[in-house]
Amino acid sequence: MPNKFPLWKNLMVLLVVVFGFIYASANLFPPDPAIQLSGQSGAMQIDAAVLQKVERSLDEAGIEYFAGETDDESLLIRLRDIDLQLRAKEVIQAEMGGDYIVALNLAPTTPQWLSDLGGKPMKLGLDLSGGVHFLLEVDLDSALATRIESDLEDVKKVLREERIRYRSLAIKDGRIVGQFRDEEQVEKAKALIRTTYRDLQPQSEPGQSPLLLSLKLSDIASGEIEDNAIKQNLTSLRNRVNELGVSEPLVSRQGKNRIVVELPGVQDTAEAKRIIGKTANLEFRLAAIDRVGEVFPFRTPSGQGPDARLENKAVITGENVTDARASFDENGRPQVNITLDAKGGWQMGYATRDNIGRRLGVLFIEYKTKLVKSFDESGELVLTPVPFVEKHIISLATVQAQLGKSFRITGLEQRESSELALLLRAGALAAPMYIVEERTIGPSLGADNIELGVKSVTIGMVMVLLFMLVIYRAFGVFANIALAMNLVLLIAFMSLMGATLTLPGIAGIVLTVGMAVDANVLIFSRIREELAAGSSIQGAISAGYDRAFVSILDANVTTLIVALILFLIGSGPVQGFAVTLSIGIVTSMFTAILLTRSLVNLTVGGRKIEKLWI
Amino acid sequence: MSELRIYNFMGLRKIAVVFSAIMLLVSIASLSINGLVLGLDFSGGTQVEVGYEKPADVAALRQQLESAGFEGPVVVHYGSETDVLIRLQGKPDQGLAEKVVAVLQSSGEQVDLRRVDFVGPQIGDELREDGGLGMLAALMVVMLYVAVRFQFKFSVGAVLALVHDVIITLGVFSLARLEFDLTVLAAVLAVVGYSLNDTIVVSDRIRENFRKIRKATPVEVINESLSQTLWRTINTSVTTMLVLLALFFIGGELIHNFAIALMIGVAIGTYSSIYVAATVMLAMNVDREDLLEPVEGELVDDLP
Repeated sequence: MPNKFPLWKNLMVLLVVVFGFIYASANLFPPDPAIQLSGQSGAMQIDAAVLQKVERSLDEAGIEYFAGETDDESLLIRLRDIDLQLRAKEVIQAEMGGDYIVALNLAPTTPQWLSDLGGKPMKLGLDLSGGVHFLLEVDLDSALATRIESDLEDVKKVLREERIRYRSLAIKDGRIVGQFRDEEQVEKAKALIRTTYRDLQPQSEPGQSPLLLSLKLSDIASGEIEDNAIKQNLTSLRNRVNELGVSEPLVSRQGKNRIVVELPGVQDTAEAKRIIGKTANLEFRLAAIDRVGEVFPFRTPSGQGPDARLENKAVITGENVTDARASFDENGRPQVNITLDAKGGWQMGYATRDNIGRRLGVLFIEYKTKLVKSFDESGELVLTPVPFVEKHIISLATVQAQLGKSFRITGLEQRESSELALLLRAGALAAPMYIVEERTIGPSLGADNIELGVKSVTIGMVMVLLFMLVIYRAFGVFANIALAMNLVLLIAFMSLMGATLTLPGIAGIVLTVGMAVDANVLIFSRIREELAAGSSIQGAISAGYDRAFVSILDANVTTLIVALILFLIGSGPVQGFAVTLSIGIVTSMFTAILLTRSLVNLTVGGRKIEKLWI
Repeated sequence: MSELRIYNFMGLRKIAVVFSAIMLLVSIASLSINGLVLGLDFSGGTQVEVGYEKPADVAALRQQLESAGFEGPVVVHYGSETDVLIRLQGKPDQGLAEKVVAVLQSSGEQVDLRRVDFVGPQIGDELREDGGLGMLAALMVVMLYVAVRFQFKFSVGAVLALVHDVIITLGVFSLARLEFDLTVLAAVLAVVGYSLNDTIVVSDRIRENFRKIRKATPVEVINESLSQTLWRTINTSVTTMLVLLALFFIGGELIHNFAIALMIGVAIGTYSSIYVAATVMLAMNVDREDLLEPVEGELVDDLP
């Protein structure tokens, strides 16, 4: 039993250790507190002139900064002191006015060579960085109800047009239920709806009166409506959240009908809620012929066009738009298909009948806020948020024919068509949302949590290190090196995976520290037993590692299973705990088995030793 | 290094059965009568944590909030004299937290808003369901794994040990009226992981010894196995306890209960890996025969 590792094994261990140190080191470079400035619209140039203006205002206010950089779209100024961040934001906002979004930011200080290797510091969860977390629920039932109501009007209309007589037609339990005079009319209506409305499915239940026709939204249609309702809300939420000036907002879907919004650094929940809660709207207006009407700018996220004058009266509003989607026409050219409800279709037909050849504009209306500077009695600068309405044209197309319930806008680039469809949907009446969970963590609590976390990891670690030294002496040193390395590897993996560190995540790290030594305890106990049973020193080491391996594997696999389940059922912070626990289990297997063996082999392996200090 | 001492653990197993039975009965009784004090994560509602410069007078704050029209607000110190946690009764409403802060600030004192939590009732219901399901799923999967890796009798022992640990940990929370929130749920699942770890290590040794030692009764084999793993069990429990103590004393109020749940769980888990799993195996007449590799074609009969 030589207890020697082949060279490649030692090199591999060394490689992993080096890897761990490199990627964990990214956390040694704390980010600088910074202020980020960008324009309300993407078209605004943020150039050196703007930077100078901002720097001058900071100089005047006596706020220390040290690096300003701009990439024409946004600008970043690094500050010396995190306590000055809020004041710097106010000063800059006051100087630049409401056309700019000023956001608190944390600028990375990772050295170039490290970020080239993909090294980055761990992300902090909201409970450590402070901020607001919202969980919003989208009311899908009401989205479905709106749709079925508009379908009801449509069904009434086609039945009238086809001269199919019905007694009554109404919505009952989310279905359209019609009463007819005779069975022939029922069959006719059924056939008509089958051919014209694929989304509606005739339902028949046992014992149902033959004069009754019940129509239900098909599963595909209702699935699509629900999906669109969520996407629509996600899009408009993202637009609104950007306005809040948060450096790294998170807006994402969770489960079937929920949306998570996380805004790190935001403290003013009232403001955040107001902005999240407001809606955008749409108006379709004909281009003005005379000087009457109003001039609006033409602007889409990807570009600007010439201003245009539109009539004062809207033909229809976003409420009448039931769907808008980008597609391609017969010749493969991009287009946007728009579907209106029955009322909207009728109004659109009436308005466009005599106006073929005129242009029809789509006006996007947003409710925004800007900060207005004023001075109070004592001469202090006060910034008050003032709501205002911003309207701009997102589409201006010539009417080619009388339009009805569904029509299309052509002559677009592919990117433009998908953008327009998105904006149309965002402006149309989306399903209502309400907040089902809200958590605000103040910055002081976040900072406290980090401090407490670091402290408990340190103290827990020191106690375990001492204990292991006392119990296992020389081998305790090996175990301790493995334990420290385990922490380094854990941090390296978490940084590399972009995992978020939360307070329960720190608790997971602490627990891992306590449990990670288990593998070494198992191995060392085995070695002691083998020695007690009279094995040679080298034999005892080898047998100890081999025999303990099975136990370690079984025990860790089962714990990993539990951690996985924890991850699947948990949310946010609990998932953070599960992630650290799982990574910790895997890294501890490496450090406790391979790393210590390598150390043991290098020091005592294959040598003649009288006594093992274990 | 002296010869390993063999302790007669199994000689005390009747006492252990009585002890466990009492603990389990008391826990189940308390859980069904008192239930658990559910934290905000599960119950839904609104709570606000604020920090003051000076120690705060909770009675005065309660009065202040009551006179401002809040019904039965619960105001307690949270972690320190200067920190106050306010739990609001009644229907959860998103605007409540802002109103509370406005009322507190109206007295002119410096109030630092540290945390606001609002959880809708539907979230709490879902979490309760998911938590329960997760626990069951964890137990099932573990039982399956142990049954495949070891043997059916071992997996019954391991799972009963886990159920034992979970029920008693929950029972202590119920008896002591400690708040049960999401972090505690995470801790209980971690207890499952920890206790399992212990039980597996012990079972592993029992399996090995059954195969190795030919002339010994099952009780002797188990006693020897437990004695061999005793030091490992104790050492690992001690290191885990050490870090948990660090979390308990330093980790802050938010993970206080997390640390408590794990400390109870680790203590119970250590005991159960020695007594519960092994006692169950003995009760099921575990034998050398159970662990020999089944010969191809031979019928393996698990019945005693």
